[in-house]
Amino acid sequence: MSDKVTGKIFVLGDNIDTDQIIPAQYLNLLPTDPEERKKLGSYALVGLPKNSLSFIEEGQYEASCPIIIAGKNFGCGSSREHAPISLNAAGVRLIIAESYSRIFFRNSVNAGLLYPFTSSKRLCDEMKTGEEVEVDLDAKTFTHKPSGKVYHLDSLGDAETIIQCGGIFEYAKKYGTN
Amino acid sequence: MGMTITEKILANKSKRTTVQPGENVWVDVDVLMTHDVCGPGTIGVFKEHFGSDAKIWDKEKVVIIPDHYIFTADEKSHRNVDILRDFANEQSLKYYYDVGTSNYKGVCHVALVEEGHTRPGEVMFGTDSHTCTAGAFGEFATGIGNTEAGFIMGAGKLWLKVPETMKFIFEGELPPYVMAKDLILKIIGDIGVDGATYRSMEFSGDGVYSLDMEERMTLCNMVIEAGGKNGVIAPDERTLDFVKKRSNKPFEVVLNDEDAKYHSVKAYRSSEIEPMVAKPHSPDNKALARELKDVKLSQAYIGSCTGGKMADFKAAARLLKGHKVSIKTIVVPATKEVEEGLKSETIDGTSLWDIFLEAGTEGIGKPGCQACLGGPLDTFGRLNQEEICISTTNRNFPGRMGSRQSQVYLASPLTVAASAITGRITDPREYME
Ligand code: SF4
Repeated sequence: MSDKVTGKIFVLGDNIDTDQIIPAQYLNLLPTDPEERKKLGSYALVGLPKNSLSFIEEGQYEASCPIIIAGKNFGCGSSREHAPISLNAAGVRLIIAESYSRIFFRNSVNAGLLYPFTSSKRLCDEMKTGEEVEVDLDAKTFTHKPSGKVYHLDSLGDAETIIQCGGIFEYAKKYGTN
Repeated sequence: MGMTITEKILANKSKRTTVQPGENVWVDVDVLMTHDVCGPGTIGVFKEHFGSDAKIWDKEKVVIIPDHYIFTADEKSHRNVDILRDFANEQSLKYYYDVGTSNYKGVCHVALVEEGHTRPGEVMFGTDSHTCTAGAFGEFATGIGNTEAGFIMGAGKLWLKVPETMKFIFEGELPPYVMAKDLILKIIGDIGVDGATYRSMEFSGDGVYSLDMEERMTLCNMVIEAGGKNGVIAPDERTLDFVKKRSNKPFEVVLNDEDAKYHSVKAYRSSEIEPMVAKPHSPDNKALARELKDVKLSQAYIGSCTGGKMADFKAAARLLKGHKVSIKTIVVPATKEVEEGLKSETIDGTSLWDIFLEAGTEGIGKPGCQACLGGPLDTFGRLNQEEICISTTNRNFPGRMGSRQSQVYLASPLTVAASAITGRITDPREYME
């Protein structure tokens, strides 16, 4: 991983479940079909409560924020891989949350879709949607541009190797399954 | 050092003598289940990586059960079932339960049990988070995504991090007004929706062992609502009798070692548990049914893998018999076998089916997931407006059962039935004493 991700953040709270990330009525879309995958992206996070900011503008397929900041238990609920897929299709590169539900975390890692980072600091109370940040994937640091503050990201452990390989298939080819 | 059931199963299936929590191991898979929502994506991943004419690793170990979007006019949903059917044919799958045939079953987690796919000591993965239900049979079962399932289809194994085990014990006999749903809502309310993340939840105690297999399934079904990786109950005579009737495959019973180490052990006195409710919009938003008397309802829903089994309908019918519901009440059997059971099972000479109809429910829905997950707009029982619903299902996230404007309260079949009569959240004891 030798890159940096710069862009705006979209800030969410605790327990963002998979029905909010991609509501069940869109699960008939097939992630392996490129057109339908794009559509899944356009519905990313449309299940947020009705007074929330929209993640994707009307008529768009991609979000203006490639980074999500969230609280605890991000991605709880169903096993639908449509959830990290829709975020990936909408242009999300990484999430920084306090914690994840395990299936969402595994899906993101094993499909090589996005980096589910954790930060021991509760960032979602300190930051606002639309603010610019820079994430250094090498140094595992995260700079909040409005304040100039630098935060550390926790290591992803073994999961990082899997994402770096591009997912479980490549990982298994490289390291075997014993 | 001793191991818990979960650790032992994972050690056996990764061909090790011992494993420790936190270790990553590759385990051999006994059953892989998928359905119409995640099956097409899984098949897509499998073909992309193993080749378009690849064969799955074992055609008797993959079970495909369409159940989610069945009774709808939605064309994409039909297309998805077509993909499953083509795949089942192409791979000569032994276990494909097709829609529109006499082989159709209904909700996967209940169908897996009825069709004999759950056995002690095995490892089951499913592309559905409630795959943890099968832990009631003393096996390791958990939900996974399409990519992982696509990998298993070709490789027959998957890496897992060995979880620590949290043990929950219910001491003493359960009162007649308390059901498994109350026990699990109590636990989730106490530990929170992420209270068991990455851990195994084991249930024990004579309160648990007095439950029939369907009620034990309800306990394990909702561990995912506490973030749990798997739920498990050590097999007893009842488990073995049940499994032997449904499956003729040999299996190995795995039990906890005496000196197994747990993350934590929490004991409850069964007699102190009261009928529980999870308020909108989170399964850990707990309250006692009797504290919510002022909540007016517009709908009651009895169904799903959590609350649509025979044990659930027997309890609800026992309470509803001789009463009329005052709000829209939806009854959806989980599977065809349950649907048939509603007709054959009687209370004082009246079938459960007739008890529900006489009580004034909106007919009886066709077996499947139906409105448990909202689904296409024409789904039976879907909450389409600002409905306030009490439900035997497992999730009450915003919009889970349809409209984001609706509110869902989760409760046991007894509490849902009592509330359907009054139109307000009602403690079932009001109709039982
Ligand atoms: S009944 Fe509900 S929870 Fe169970 S498998 Fe179907 S949608 Fe999921």
